[in-house]
Amino acid sequence: MVVKTVEGSFAVAEAIRECEPDVVACYPITPSTHIAEDLNRMYADGEVKKYIAVEAEFSAISALIGASAAGGRAVSTTSSQGLLLMHEALFAASGMRLPMVLVVANRAVSAPLNIWGDQQDSISQRDSGWIQLYCETNQETVDSIPIAFKVSEETRLPAMVCMDGFYLTHSVEQIDVPEKKLVEKFLPKFNPEIKLDSENPLSLGVYAMPSDYQSFREDLELDLQKAKQSITRVQSEWNNLTGRNYGMIEQYMMKDAENVFVAMGSVCGNAKEAIDQLRANGEKAGLLRVRAFRPFPFGEVAGALNGKKNVAVFEKAVSLGGAPPLFGEVLCALNDLSRKPTVSSFIGGLGGKDVTVNNVAKIIVKIKDGEKRFEWV
Amino acid sequence: MFEVRFHGRGGQGAVTAAELLAVAVAVEGKSSQSFPVFGVERRGAPVASFCRINDKQIRIHQQVYAPDFVVVLDEGLLDAVDVANGLKENGVIIVNSKCDASALNGKLKIKEGMKVFVIDATGIALKNLGKPIVNTAMLGAFAKASGLVGLESVKKAVNERFEGKMAEKNVKAVEECYNELKQ
Repeated sequence: MVVKTVEGSFAVAEAIRECEPDVVACYPITPSTHIAEDLNRMYADGEVKKYIAVEAEFSAISALIGASAAGGRAVSTTSSQGLLLMHEALFAASGMRLPMVLVVANRAVSAPLNIWGDQQDSISQRDSGWIQLYCETNQETVDSIPIAFKVSEETRLPAMVCMDGFYLTHSVEQIDVPEKKLVEKFLPKFNPEIKLDSENPLSLGVYAMPSDYQSFREDLELDLQKAKQSITRVQSEWNNLTGRNYGMIEQYMMKDAENVFVAMGSVCGNAKEAIDQLRANGEKAGLLRVRAFRPFPFGEVAGALNGKKNVAVFEKAVSLGGAPPLFGEVLCALNDLSRKPTVSSFIGGLGGKDVTVNNVAKIIVKIKDGEKRFEWV
Repeated sequence: MFEVRFHGRGGQGAVTAAELLAVAVAVEGKSSQSFPVFGVERRGAPVASFCRINDKQIRIHQQVYAPDFVVVLDEGLLDAVDVANGLKENGVIIVNSKCDASALNGKLKIKEGMKVFVIDATGIALKNLGKPIVNTAMLGAFAKASGLVGLESVKKAVNERFEGKMAEKNVKAVEECYNELKQ
């Protein structure tokens, strides 16, 4: 174990390098730029096999699709408008069942133009058939890279690793970047049964008639739901090697908690601090952190919130004109519970608006009265 | 936990200063976290960077609102930026200046209990580096004024970051600032 004091982005690039990708294709965009920059440098130094400096994000994802279809391990990184530009091809990647990893440095979407962090970019890709993991810390993000490759290649589903832009990407912290030897032990070589091969030509992603199309989508949905088992097993393998354990969800101080904060990403670190402060004053506060947003862990969320009094679902995203995305999923998860908590929605932190320890503590105290709320913070 | 804010101008190395401090602190087995002001960087414009120092692992990711220490790399900023903004009651400000601390009082919105140190880091940088780049030198002053990090740890961080002659010169600037700073 080598703990370094390093910027999150550079640690992520190192973790990607240790997974020995066959193809990296990126178009730099803030705040993911340092990851792409470092991978490009590694390519120049002969540490990465192939880096394609594409002219736009649509080409980046297209290059990944080609590389993966030909049996290569493929990876990219992007943010915000870059991810939105990939949108069309994201569906092709999952529909063609092509493993790949995309690191999303989460950032607000235009307009108005804003380079700062929130999760609207990746949340708006939630129906694209990709696995989505949201990380609280840089350590978790780094660990999630080999985990995502392994799960993706096992399930033949593409995977996004989401890290909060700036809060994580630009923070220099103590991070244990896994060494090549350890990654080699954990992550087998990618060798798909079906791949493009000029000796044995075949087509991928072809036309499906109305009689067949829907069953492809049904299979994709079933397999994405089933990916939960793969994620859980692969994460436990990672735990055996590193002692760092990740679940579909994380529970903090939940055992006797009455008022629960539910969120994703780096704000959960602030929430843990807030909960410690509230607990010191005798408040029964807890945190439920959702790490896997796709597939959504309905059972785990229901189990964690069963019997709780009040729940505040906080999210850095909005579904304009509809239910807030995380809030909607949590309500759906609670549907069959006989003792349902009161669930409130809080949207905040958009475009880099800081959500502090104090903000979180105030929310948890606020929901104690049992009122149902829809608020922006 | 201690929070440090660096003020400089784009290109003066405020971000590197915060990062070197994070590395130096980690040498001593403590936890640290440094980050820039999130935004678009422009050469010459006022910028800030931050470093948190803690005995335990740092879990929070949010802006710094009430620093314990403020390090000002460029005295000229005092006319443009309220560098004492949010500073804790017993906070400490270290300014790169040739003037006496008392001469800066008019420009600094100092409250009772706060402490100001001055050091001619530009002079020391020019002497040792031949350039008015003071970010490393000011870390020497910070180590002395704060007692939060040892001189040897700062030197180690500087040696890791720079190579050969450049490392040597920067280490000299760090040492001279450390020795020159009057308590």
